[in-house]
Amino acid sequence: MSRRVRHRRPGKLLVIMAGGALAAACGGPGTDTSQTAPQTGTTTTSLSAAPTCGTAPITVNAYFETGFPMPKALTTEFAKQYPNVKWNIREDQFAVITQNAPRVLADDPPDLMRLPQVSELVKDNLLKNLDGYATAFGWDKWPPSQLQQLRLGPGGRPRGEGSLYAMGLNFSMTGVFYNKKLAAKIGMSAPPATLAELDDALAKAKQAGITPIMQFNGGATGGLAFPLQDLMASYGPAAPINDWIFQKQGATIDTATNLTATQHLEKWIKAGYFQKDVNAVDYATMMSRFIGGDGLFMFDGDWESGNLDKQMAGNAGFFLMPPAQQGGKRAAMSAPLTYGISAKAKNADCAAFFLNWVATNDKARDIAVEVGGSHPMGLADAHMPAVQPGTVTESTLAAGAQIGKDNGAMDFIANATGAIYAKSWTPQLQKLVAGQQTPEGLLKSVQTDYQSQVGGS
Amino acid sequence: MAAQPTAGRSRRERRPARAGLRTSRLVGWLFVAPALAFYAVFVLRPILLTLQYSLYEWDGIGPSSWVGLGNYGAVFTDPDLFDAVLNAVKLIAFFSAIPVLLGLAIASTIRRIAASRLALVARTVIFLPQVIPLVAAGIAWSWLLSSTGVINQLLTRLGLGGVTRAWLGDFSTALPAVGVIGAWVLLGLCTLLLLAGMSKIDPALYEAARMDGAGPIREFVSITVPSLRQEIGVCVTVTVIAALATFDIVYIATQGGPGNATMVPGLEIYYLAFSEREVGMASALAVVLMVLVLACSLPIQWLTRDRSS
Repeated sequence: MSRRVRHRRPGKLLVIMAGGALAAACGGPGTDTSQTAPQTGTTTTSLSAAPTCGTAPITVNAYFETGFPMPKALTTEFAKQYPNVKWNIREDQFAVITQNAPRVLADDPPDLMRLPQVSELVKDNLLKNLDGYATAFGWDKWPPSQLQQLRLGPGGRPRGEGSLYAMGLNFSMTGVFYNKKLAAKIGMSAPPATLAELDDALAKAKQAGITPIMQFNGGATGGLAFPLQDLMASYGPAAPINDWIFQKQGATIDTATNLTATQHLEKWIKAGYFQKDVNAVDYATMMSRFIGGDGLFMFDGDWESGNLDKQMAGNAGFFLMPPAQQGGKRAAMSAPLTYGISAKAKNADCAAFFLNWVATNDKARDIAVEVGGSHPMGLADAHMPAVQPGTVTESTLAAGAQIGKDNGAMDFIANATGAIYAKSWTPQLQKLVAGQQTPEGLLKSVQTDYQSQVGGS
Repeated sequence: MAAQPTAGRSRRERRPARAGLRTSRLVGWLFVAPALAFYAVFVLRPILLTLQYSLYEWDGIGPSSWVGLGNYGAVFTDPDLFDAVLNAVKLIAFFSAIPVLLGLAIASTIRRIAASRLALVARTVIFLPQVIPLVAAGIAWSWLLSSTGVINQLLTRLGLGGVTRAWLGDFSTALPAVGVIGAWVLLGLCTLLLLAGMSKIDPALYEAARMDGAGPIREFVSITVPSLRQEIGVCVTVTVIAALATFDIVYIATQGGPGNATMVPGLEIYYLAFSEREVGMASALAVVLMVLVLACSLPIQWLTRDRSS
C-alpha cells in the first residue's frame, strides 16, 4: 500500500507544480477591480436637484450591525413615512463586518452599509463619493468636525480632508462614567474639574477599598487606550493627535505631552487604580462589573448612556475628561456611527436620501437620541428631543455641545491604521500593565509600527 | 481453416475482456470522481491559490504587485511571527506530551478494570471533551480560569489564595493555561485510540511475562508500549498537528493576548488576512506553517511506522 502511494507522489507533485505555474501565468490576483475602478469610486456625482426615493416601489438592500436596535428603528420609521420603500436588511457582528467589508462591497454590494475604518475601502474604490449628495442636501453647512473623519484624500490618504465617502447615523462621544453612590461615599460631590481633582478622587476611592477605575484590557481589546487618549488630550492639544490618526505627513505620537500622559497612566497602574485582572477583562465583563457597582469610574462612550439609564437608573453620571490645567479646553474621542453607500449600489440615491432624512427629520432625530443614546448629525440648532433631567443621556448630550464649543473632537488612536490597535496599542498596553514596557518604549514602539504600516500601505 | 475460428473466437473473447477491464476502470474512476472533484476544488485549489497569493503583495481586493519571495523573507525576519511559531512549538508539550503520556496511563488503568461498569463511565467521561465543540470548550475554560472562576475559588478554599490570578490574562501563565485547555480536549482522543490498540494485544504475551515474574510496570514498558507503537504514532501526529495549527482555542480564550503571549501562527494568519489585509503575507505564513507541520509529522510517521510490513 505504502509503495503504491510513493509511486504516485511524483505525479501529484507534477500536478501541483503545473497548477502553480498555471496560476502564476494567469497574472496576479485582484487585478480585475483596478480596471473598472475609474468608473466607480473616483467620479463625483453631480446632481441638479436633491435625489429622492421616488414613488415607485423600491427595495433597498442594507447591511447592519447586530445588537444595535437604532438602524432598524430608523428604517422602520422611514418605511412608515415612505411606504414605497421596502428594506431588505442583513445583520452581522461588527467583527464580521470588519472582516468582510471589502469583499461584500466588491461582490454583493448593499445600498447602505455599516462600515469599519474606511481608508482601505476608499483606496480600493469600493465606496461612493458623496460630495454630490453633500452639496445637494446641504451637508456642507453642518459643523465641519462632524464629517471630518469621513473625508479622505485621493487613494484614501490622508484622512480628515478631501471628499466625503461616508455618513454618520449619529455621533458618539467618550468620557468618564461614574457611580454616584460610590462617589458620595468618598465625598465627591461634583465631577472633577481638573486632572489633579480626578487623581484625588482615585486615591480616595483606593483608600476606601473601592476599585477606582473599572476598565477592559483583555484579549485583543486594549481598553486602556481610552484613558490613555483622554490623558493625552488632557495634557496636550487634540489637533496633533488627530493629525497622527489621519496619517498626515510627519505626524508622530511620540511627543513630550503624550509621554507625560503615558507616564501618568503608568502611575495609575502602579497605584493599583485598575482591577488586578484588567488584562483578562473584556468589554462585557467591564460593563457587568460597573453596572454591578464594582467600580467608581469607567472610561467609555455614550453608546452606553441608554443602557446605563435603564440598568443604573439615577446612579450613573458622566463627565468629560478634565484638563490638566484649571479652565483648560476639553477634548473627547468622538466619532460618527459610520455608514456608507457602495460604489456599485443600485439604489444609491434612495440610500443618500435616507441618510439625509436621519439627520433632518424630527422623528428620526428623536430615535437617534432615544434608541441610539448619542447626538444626531446635522445642523447645530436642529430639533432635539426632550431628555429627562438627571439622566446620563442628558449629561452626554451636554458634553457633546461642550466638545463642539471647544473644538475638541478627536478620532480614536486605535483607528490610525487597520492594524495599529490589534498589533500595537493592545499588546503594548497589556505589557505596560504587566510592567514589561515603559511609557517611553510604548510610544516609540507604536510609532515604529505606525511608520512601517503607513509607509508600507 | 480449423484454426481460424479458434483464433477468431479467442480474439473475440479477448476483446470483451479488455473492454470489461476498461469499463471497470472507468466505473472505478466514476466512483472516485465526486470525492476527487471535491478534493481538487476544496483542497488542492486553495493550496495552489495560497501558493500563488504568497508571491504577491495584495490587500484582497485592489491590484496586486509581484514580490517574489519577499513575503517569505518577511516571515522569517519578523520577530513577532517567529515568537508565534515558538509559542506553537511550546504548545506541543501540552497538546502532545500530556495527552499521550497521561492517555497511556489512563488507558492501561481502564484496561485493568475493563469488565467493570466504572471503565465504561471513565471512558465516556474522558472522551466527552472530544465531542464538545472547541469554541464551547474555550468559553467554558475561560470562565473556569477567570479571576473569580472555579479554579481560583478552589485554590482559595485550599488556602492557596496567594497564587490565584487571572490565568489567561497573566503573561507567565496564559500560554500554559491555553495548553491545559488543549490537553483536556485531546486527552480523550488519545486515551480511546490507545485503549483500542491495547485490546488488540495478544493476552498470551502478558501471561508469558507474568510467568517470567514481570510486574505491572514491567508489563507496561515491555509489552504494552512497544505493541502500541502505531497507535502512539497516530496520537503524536494528530496532537502535534493540533498544537502547531491551533486556532479556535486561542481565539476564544485569549485572542493572542496578553501582549502576544499566546499568539500562534494560525491566529497570526487570520489577523494578517482579515484585519491587516495583508493577504500575501498571510498566505506566505500559511505555506510556512504547512511545511512546518509536514516537517514535524512526517518524521513521526517514519519513526513509528510498522517495520514488519
